[in-house]
Amino acid sequence: MKSGRRRVYRSEGVAVIMTVITFCVILLLFAMSGVLCFKSLPILKTHSLSELLTASSWRPSKNEFGFFPFIAGTLCVTAIAIVIALPLSFLTAVFLTEYSSGRIRRYVYPALDILSSLPSVIFGVWGTLVIVPWISKRVAPLFVGFSSGYTLLAAGIVLGIMILPLLVSLFTELFSSVPIGLKEVSASLGATRWQTTKKVVIKRSLPGLFATVVLALSRALGETIAVLMVCGNLPQVPHSLFDACYPLPALIANNYGEMLSVPLYEAALMFAALLLFFVVLIFNVLSRIIYRAH
Amino acid sequence: MLKEKIAKGVMYVALAIVFAIIVLILSSIFIKGVKCITWEMVTSLPCGDFYTGGRGGFLNAIAGSLCIVSIATIIGLFISIPILLYLNIYLAKGSKFAFAVRLSLDILFGIPSIVYGAFAFIIMIYIGMRASLAGGILLTILLIVPVLVRSMDEFAKSFPQELLEVSYSLGATKLQTIGLIIRQIAPGIAAATLLAVGRAIGDTAGVMFTAGFSDSLPTSLTRPVATLPLAIFFQLSAPQEAVQERAYAAALVLTVIVLIISLLGRFITNRFGRNRL
Repeated sequence: MKSGRRRVYRSEGVAVIMTVITFCVILLLFAMSGVLCFKSLPILKTHSLSELLTASSWRPSKNEFGFFPFIAGTLCVTAIAIVIALPLSFLTAVFLTEYSSGRIRRYVYPALDILSSLPSVIFGVWGTLVIVPWISKRVAPLFVGFSSGYTLLAAGIVLGIMILPLLVSLFTELFSSVPIGLKEVSASLGATRWQTTKKVVIKRSLPGLFATVVLALSRALGETIAVLMVCGNLPQVPHSLFDACYPLPALIANNYGEMLSVPLYEAALMFAALLLFFVVLIFNVLSRIIYRAH
Repeated sequence: MLKEKIAKGVMYVALAIVFAIIVLILSSIFIKGVKCITWEMVTSLPCGDFYTGGRGGFLNAIAGSLCIVSIATIIGLFISIPILLYLNIYLAKGSKFAFAVRLSLDILFGIPSIVYGAFAFIIMIYIGMRASLAGGILLTILLIVPVLVRSMDEFAKSFPQELLEVSYSLGATKLQTIGLIIRQIAPGIAAATLLAVGRAIGDTAGVMFTAGFSDSLPTSLTRPVATLPLAIFFQLSAPQEAVQERAYAAALVLTVIVLIISLLGRFITNRFGRNRL
């Protein structure tokens, strides 16, 4: 048995090391924002913020850095992804928690797990293999005639599928946390299954639902490689589902190699990264606040 | 009653669509990959004109990925287990510091890997590191520490407080109690590790900046190294059909690796965990 005091010194000593390591986590967050801010300064000094965010012309060699096409691209892709994923995931989650039998759940949960663990490059490969040709050959001719398939729609579909498992798992957690007593009371008052679900479960979970969507949005915003592989990579504001687009993460990923060749290019790309960082930060904190208030 | 039936019907349709999508994705990857894969691809390095239709394989990418992920996971565990223990044992339940750390970890968990890549790239330039194995490891560590701590925290939260109190009442210091804790949550640590490994091995955007790419096996910490996701990406972007086929084969390999990891994780949680669905 070690001597009494030495045990305590050891314990306290280890505590100091652990405190330092743990503190580094918070430090990392601040370091990231600080470094990205610092590296974006050159471009912020020569172009005003509003000009950067609203101008549409992206010609780095001529010192024109209009981020609007990329911001619009990011917003459009994310919007389409949510439109596709939200109804599917919501209905699936309601079904899994309120209606389904254990047998169905035993097959669906692992399947969703597998979907969520697939790397994003695999989604990109699948998108290129299946979705792009499908849009090019089957969908586009019905609407606009010709399309290469590398479109906003393709990116939206792929992204939507990628955030499906997250939405389903967060929704099922939400719905499961509604106290069973409430549901029983509702049933004892004569409500049907659906009435109970609609008026008790869903109504109670509304703030949580909102927070979940915000969280999923932040995840979708940052998705890089799968979207890059199917979106078309044209710096233009997309006017139709069959236009190519160019979301912010794709911008950073595609051009990092040429960063150091044109002046201010590096600052511009770091500014794009900074934008992503802050939007994700705000969304995460927002959803946390809503969860806590709920 | 009609509303009830419609609601149920719509839900069945939604579930069927979701399930069909999952099956579609897995089957496309498998069918196309199995058609294109050869033993040579998995076991040999790229020859000279690999990227324009020549012979060779992508062993460099497989080895590179395994190298980065294994080293990063080991170092990551050394960093994240102390953080986890500190959060749950040394800090009081309602501590403001613990709240700040958990919030930071949640935010860090949600930050896209491309932002990590940009950040790591800046740091690497500042300290003079080029795109290399070391860079890839650095980035992967940054990426998986939040994943590790967050998932282990979920397990640790369900740890019974009584065990801790019994240990203290017997006179154990906090450090000695740790041995007890680790034995109890070992399956949680294992599952979290597998989750992190799965995430790390599939990450593309981060390693793009920091690990570079290379045609040779990983030999030293300061030389660029190939990774499987990047190999898939580059090969798929090539105009030659033969090279694209290799991308599908590589995608199959990556998918199989990730599936094995995922199933292993599920197996461990089911077998050793408590109260798991």
